[in-house]
Amino acid sequence: MFDVRPVETDYVRHRAAQFRAQVERRLDGSLTEDEFRPLRLMNGVYLQLHAYMLRIAIPYGTISPDQMRMLAHLAETYDKGYGHWTTRQNIQFNWPRLVDIPDMLDKLASVGMHAIQTSGNTIRNVTTDAFAGAAADEWMDPRPYAELLRSWSTDHAEFQFLPRKFKIAITGAARDRALVAAHDIGLRLIQKDGQTGFEVWVGGGLGRTPMLGKVIRDFLPEADLLAYIEAIISTYNLSGRRDNKYKARIKITVHERGLDVFKAEVEEEFLNRRRDFHGADREALAIFRDRFAAPAFRNAPVDGYEAERARNGAFRSWTDTNLHPHKVDGYASVIVTFKTPGETPGDASADQMRLLADLAERYGHADLRISHDQNVVLPHVHKSDLPAVYAALQGAGLATANAGLTSDIIACPGMDYCTLATARSIPIAQEIATHFKNNGLEDEIGKLNIRISGCINACGHHHLGHIGILGLDRAGVENYQITLGGDGYDIPAIGERAGAGFPYDQVVPAIDRLLRAYLEVRADASERFIDAYRRLGPAPFKAALYPEPAHA
Amino acid sequence: MSKAFVPTAAKPGVITANDLREGHNVWMCEDGWTADPAQATLFEDEAIANLALLKAVGQSNIVVGPYLVEARRGPNGPEPTHFREAFRQRGPSNYFHGIQTAKQAEASNV
Repeated sequence: MFDVRPVETDYVRHRAAQFRAQVERRLDGSLTEDEFRPLRLMNGVYLQLHAYMLRIAIPYGTISPDQMRMLAHLAETYDKGYGHWTTRQNIQFNWPRLVDIPDMLDKLASVGMHAIQTSGNTIRNVTTDAFAGAAADEWMDPRPYAELLRSWSTDHAEFQFLPRKFKIAITGAARDRALVAAHDIGLRLIQKDGQTGFEVWVGGGLGRTPMLGKVIRDFLPEADLLAYIEAIISTYNLSGRRDNKYKARIKITVHERGLDVFKAEVEEEFLNRRRDFHGADREALAIFRDRFAAPAFRNAPVDGYEAERARNGAFRSWTDTNLHPHKVDGYASVIVTFKTPGETPGDASADQMRLLADLAERYGHADLRISHDQNVVLPHVHKSDLPAVYAALQGAGLATANAGLTSDIIACPGMDYCTLATARSIPIAQEIATHFKNNGLEDEIGKLNIRISGCINACGHHHLGHIGILGLDRAGVENYQITLGGDGYDIPAIGERAGAGFPYDQVVPAIDRLLRAYLEVRADASERFIDAYRRLGPAPFKAALYPEPAHA
Repeated sequence: MSKAFVPTAAKPGVITANDLREGHNVWMCEDGWTADPAQATLFEDEAIANLALLKAVGQSNIVVGPYLVEARRGPNGPEPTHFREAFRQRGPSNYFHGIQTAKQAEASNV
């Protein structure tokens, strides 16, 4: 069994106490809002459309059962009984009172959790593959490196006031499920001449100027990871645009200055930085490797699993869609989707959280992951336990067999919660999912990735959706642009805008026309929407979205 | 965006903010702040509105981020003219949470 609890619990408790004093000073008038705002943001406290919001870090999406139970407790005690999984593998509570947040942070600290650097122009949560340490196509578990980056970047004095926020993703699998090309820094664990290292990407990001990253180093020996990352970020820290918030991300720095110029400065700085690393990082990495050692997998027959698949069609359907191949024979990773049609994507009730904690302890080697697509993964479940896991999930409304299908939609909170939003996301997701459930086309459509953002900041990663939907305010009315051909996995691609936007009530009919057109033009049932789009180009899909008006 | 709004008799406005301690939305009214937008004071004069906004900014121990935003005169009090403010007054669309629960409780007490 691994232990995800950070060792620096005393530090986390200290930070919680510090924030309690800051809240007290804000309430008694010693601090103005202008003085308090950066302090609360450093602790993940936003003021949203209807209430405060607390964003809690779940480092690289890895969470233990006791931590999950604490989230359930917070949801019931300080919120409205639920929490929201974010697209960066964190959780948000939408309704806390400011006066309660110090108590929430104290309780989080008791299980080694916090909200530090979940906001502000700092290095944010390091994200990774939700199947890390489990996936059949993974050759090395990236989590020890993710933890090294997390512990190094937490409260890193030099990087507390970067030009803009900074996001790092890492993967150790053949298929990139961490979206490395869409991050400020992306890391792919690779091997070269028998040596472990990284392919280092820089300058990717979505938002108002979506860009895929570029490779700044083909091969970085693993021992140089922190020195090189520090060189990149310190170079950006000096040369990033602080004059314009919208041009302050590293993607603009690299784009405007050119990769060659930026890389030359990074490589020079790297030589300086490397002298400062004397092996403490190597010692820490060795400890983290132990912490993330594989659990004691068991060898048991899977006859019961196969028999249940043969007997129970619903179970078979769920295992067809919601399992991910595991590196150990007899095991699978279970994707628990929080995308039941009609429900809010990524919302988990306290009871559901507790059930997942129980299932992880009983059947899943006490391991849980939050995925960037707002689902939860039980990474290590023996197949003989799957019928019991499925039955328990069914009882909690969590056994929807839709992972990777039309209704498995990524959606940001949008204007139902977010103060930056220009339109709603959640009800659009709910209506699309319900529509394709009711018309029975979801299974026929097959693998499809729909992503919805309620503003140009793109928290719903709409640019990377096979179908992306962007909600905007057009002359005081909600309006939705549709992008096509995005991909965050196999062939990273930014979707292209299909044409004029649609009013709210025309979005579902437009998606319906689009997907019916896809069913007409696809080569066969194995050709996914994105494959058909790549083969045929946008024309047949645009024609479906914007049909010629019928003439009498 | 809304913060630059200038109210006139033809385009009046209200002052709105969030409650400092609790976070919920509030509107400036005759005797302070209210969670009921229909009770909000409707400003039709730029100078009076700006003075009131200055007063609101000075009440930072009660509210956060006060701003002026357009509203129209309705039969039961000021009404929003933009969907963002309409959502602030109604609450989220995916759950019956927030301000709409208070409205329902009030209605059931009438």
